[in-house]
Amino acid sequence: MTRLSRRNFLKLTGSSAAVGTLSLSPIARAQQGQSAAASGSTTLPYPREAIATLGEVAVNQPLYFNYPDSRSPCVMIRKGREVKGGVGPDRDVVAYSNLCTHMGCPVNYDQEAETFKCPCHYSIFDPDNAGQMVIGHATESLPRVILEYDETEDALLAVSVDGLIYGRQANII
Amino acid sequence: MTPFKDRIPLPPADAKKTNMACHFCIVGCGYHVYKWPANQEGGRAADQNALGLDFTRQRPAMELTMTPAMVNRIKDHDGSEHTIMILPDKNCTVNQGLSSTRGGQMASVMYSEDTPIGERRLKYPLLYSGDDWAETHWEQAMALYAGLTQRILDNDGADQLFFNLFDHGGAGGGFENTWATGKLIFTGLQTQMVRIHNRPAYNSECHASRDMGISELNNSYEDAEVCDVIFSIGGNSYETQSNWFLAHWEPNLRGANVDKKQAWFPDETVGKGKVILVDPRRTSTVAICETVAGKENVLHLALQPGTDTALFNGLLTYVVDQGWHDPTFIDAHTSGFDEMLSANRMELEECSRITGLDRADIVKAAEWAYKPKDSGHPPRTMHAYEKGVIWGNDNYRIQSAIVNLVVATHNVGRRGTGVVRMGGHQEGYTRPPYPGGRPAPYIDQELIKGNGMMLTVWACNAFQTTLNAETYRQVIKRRANIVNQALAEARGATVEELVDIVYDAVKNKGGLFIVDIDLYRTKFAEYSHLVLPATHPGEMNLTSMNGERRLRLSERFMDPPGISRPDWLIAANMANALKARYASTGNTAMAERFDGFNWTTDEDPFNDGFRMAHEKEIDSQGGPTGHLATYERLRQAGNNGVQLPIKAYQDGELIGTEMLYTDNTFDTDDGKAHFQPSPWNGFPEVVERQKARFDFWINNGRTNQIWQSAYHDQHLAFRKGRYPMAPIEIHPADAEALGIANGDIVEVYNDHGATTAMAYLEADLRRGEVFMMFGYPNGVQGDVVSEWTDRNHIPYYKGTWANLRRIGANPAYLREVSFKRRRYS
Repeated sequence: MTRLSRRNFLKLTGSSAAVGTLSLSPIARAQQGQSAAASGSTTLPYPREAIATLGEVAVNQPLYFNYPDSRSPCVMIRKGREVKGGVGPDRDVVAYSNLCTHMGCPVNYDQEAETFKCPCHYSIFDPDNAGQMVIGHATESLPRVILEYDETEDALLAVSVDGLIYGRQANII
Repeated sequence: MTPFKDRIPLPPADAKKTNMACHFCIVGCGYHVYKWPANQEGGRAADQNALGLDFTRQRPAMELTMTPAMVNRIKDHDGSEHTIMILPDKNCTVNQGLSSTRGGQMASVMYSEDTPIGERRLKYPLLYSGDDWAETHWEQAMALYAGLTQRILDNDGADQLFFNLFDHGGAGGGFENTWATGKLIFTGLQTQMVRIHNRPAYNSECHASRDMGISELNNSYEDAEVCDVIFSIGGNSYETQSNWFLAHWEPNLRGANVDKKQAWFPDETVGKGKVILVDPRRTSTVAICETVAGKENVLHLALQPGTDTALFNGLLTYVVDQGWHDPTFIDAHTSGFDEMLSANRMELEECSRITGLDRADIVKAAEWAYKPKDSGHPPRTMHAYEKGVIWGNDNYRIQSAIVNLVVATHNVGRRGTGVVRMGGHQEGYTRPPYPGGRPAPYIDQELIKGNGMMLTVWACNAFQTTLNAETYRQVIKRRANIVNQALAEARGATVEELVDIVYDAVKNKGGLFIVDIDLYRTKFAEYSHLVLPATHPGEMNLTSMNGERRLRLSERFMDPPGISRPDWLIAANMANALKARYASTGNTAMAERFDGFNWTTDEDPFNDGFRMAHEKEIDSQGGPTGHLATYERLRQAGNNGVQLPIKAYQDGELIGTEMLYTDNTFDTDDGKAHFQPSPWNGFPEVVERQKARFDFWINNGRTNQIWQSAYHDQHLAFRKGRYPMAPIEIHPADAEALGIANGDIVEVYNDHGATTAMAYLEADLRRGEVFMMFGYPNGVQGDVVSEWTDRNHIPYYKGTWANLRRIGANPAYLREVSFKRRRYS
């Protein structure tokens, strides 16, 4: 899903460990996670992945990508105004897991209401407020993909996830 | 709580697994509790965890729900630490694996030392010294309680002993606890001065339906799956009976149940379900129904507030004039039809004028719900009502008007019909008969007038959940303070000396001694003198029934905090203390009134109350066949339990009752359903005055994320963060006219009081009508509700008009709270 060129991607992801993450199979990545835990880390070994350049993200248009692996659909929204947790020059870009934390249905972005809506049990989440549940039957906010913005390359990178992705024991499988 | 937000401990394959009906709303979803040593975890492979799921790969949507809120870490009294996980039960017919946002957080509300919940749970009895709280032990607490009770009982009579008392199932209730408290209060103390948790007297919210011979929980959730029309009156089931809506209404409205309907009713025309919703407000339920069923199958009757009686009388008149009622049924199984019709007759034009509804919409409702189908059969229409009726303009009259229409069209006792309250909490009523009359005394007003010497507040909090609440609080605090002053001068007093001192304050100085029994130190507890720590499901075995009378056993799986005790044991402690005091003075007659509390297990009060209604005079939702249920049989029945009344125990299975009145025999002396005249009578005078004087109708009720008085929720970031203050929905144009923006603090004020709320702009509100969350700790809607009640002392919480003014903005609200639309469409 990454729209960046391979050259820029490698440049952005920088460290060899992060580049290596991209190329690892899920099993290898899990093994890497175990070794990270064995080394004393209390955080999961999230990959550092370039998602898009800022110019590729249209205001109020969902941009879909997968993170931290190919089975975890996520969505990026550029709000065109500063929002909580937003990155980029205008602090207006946020990203979330696209799976409802209740029972895992993909949420839809409603451009008019500017909310994520789950078609299964009608939960609503607010991208402007850290994925807070507006109404519904989840017990958690929508997991927030933590982004970083690389000014020199005008690129948006996913670096971790705040909140448990639906259907997983841990975000890194 | 797990410290990590992005991973979760799995139960090992051998984790202990027990049953739990949700603590909260009436639906009573089934859950499983997994408990295992905290130093262990299940593996990701399917055979390594108790869920039997392979977590080495992404699980598909709709397969499960398992979130950090469903996990906690607890410590038992022996010091052993455990992880618990509480997940919805896929095999429970009620919720079919669904969890609500309330039930889904059950693990989070269980006692854990290191959480805000754990910090704030009451652990020990507390005694107020006049200026500070001191932890004490049960012996002193019971000695003081029994000593003062005995003094008042002997000198002044039972009518000076007041109670604010739960009467339900789920947390803060259960058959065990209602029986024990009822036996203490009605058999032992024999006081009639009791009110129920959410209203100012000891009464039913469904007197009218019961007087007409129809108990208010008379069908099954499955009937919502197979009816032609759901007629929802003053309810918001997506938010407040969530999994009844999602698991049972929604498939019918989506058209998923046509084959099932055809199988059940092979000769009848069947199709996708339709829904009629009576509510002045376009609720979230209306919006979702339109999304699910299509607008063409949803009729939202947004009537003028308080005009329900006129609507149902108008519908009845039109239906009878069309000949869509059931004369054969009426002749054979009812009485009073002609008299009722004569009294209630209201032509369409007048009905339209009073309700503000288009004549065409009233006709459409009648056609959908009562006009014979193409096959010639009458529609199967399920009527379900809740707080718009219960807390509406004359509860008794509205309910009579609804049930009249239902009985005239025979929409009761047939599958796919029923006339039911949707319900708030679960049920669990079994008590000796209430010793007072009807109407029962208006307890709040008696206290305001200065009556009552001792008030025991049991698992409820009227400071947040009563009417005329501001005046009520002021009086309670003033009278409590008289006792505080006496206690402050009683340094070093023995228990018997304390009894003398307190008695003087309540007898001669107008004081009120308050005892509060709860999980937390509530607002009411803060003004009490003795606070006793109680338990909730999981910390005791507890039975309750849901809105389709489904009885389940929630099993104890952990120790309670500190030395807190189940309510039944606290009641037994009180009774036994009183018995000993009377016995020691040789008053055997009084001692005998407190006989029969020698219980040691949770099942003892269940056996003594619920299971003895065939032998003793007991008002029990289990009826005379309750004795067929034992803890062991209920354990075997699991989360599907048995629907009361129990018909039999056969082949190791409890056989229950899916629907009442299938034989057309009703709960009256003659077995007939009794029509009741209920002509439209306008508004109470005090409400008319408010309407004339103030600009906004202060509609009020619940939101899905907050349960009852927020006794748990106010300590949970996910809940309190959503609503730091009670939200008030207001139309943007009204807000603009008052200079109000999202997140502003708004004062709501009228001739009865003033409170504050957090502005939440919503274009679906009508101009001049706002909706405020009820019962919240921060912003008490009851402060602006008048003291008016119906003939049985049921409040008209919805009958409030007030003015609004902007107080100012709290930047933190704007920073932390979403003000996005709560309507799905």
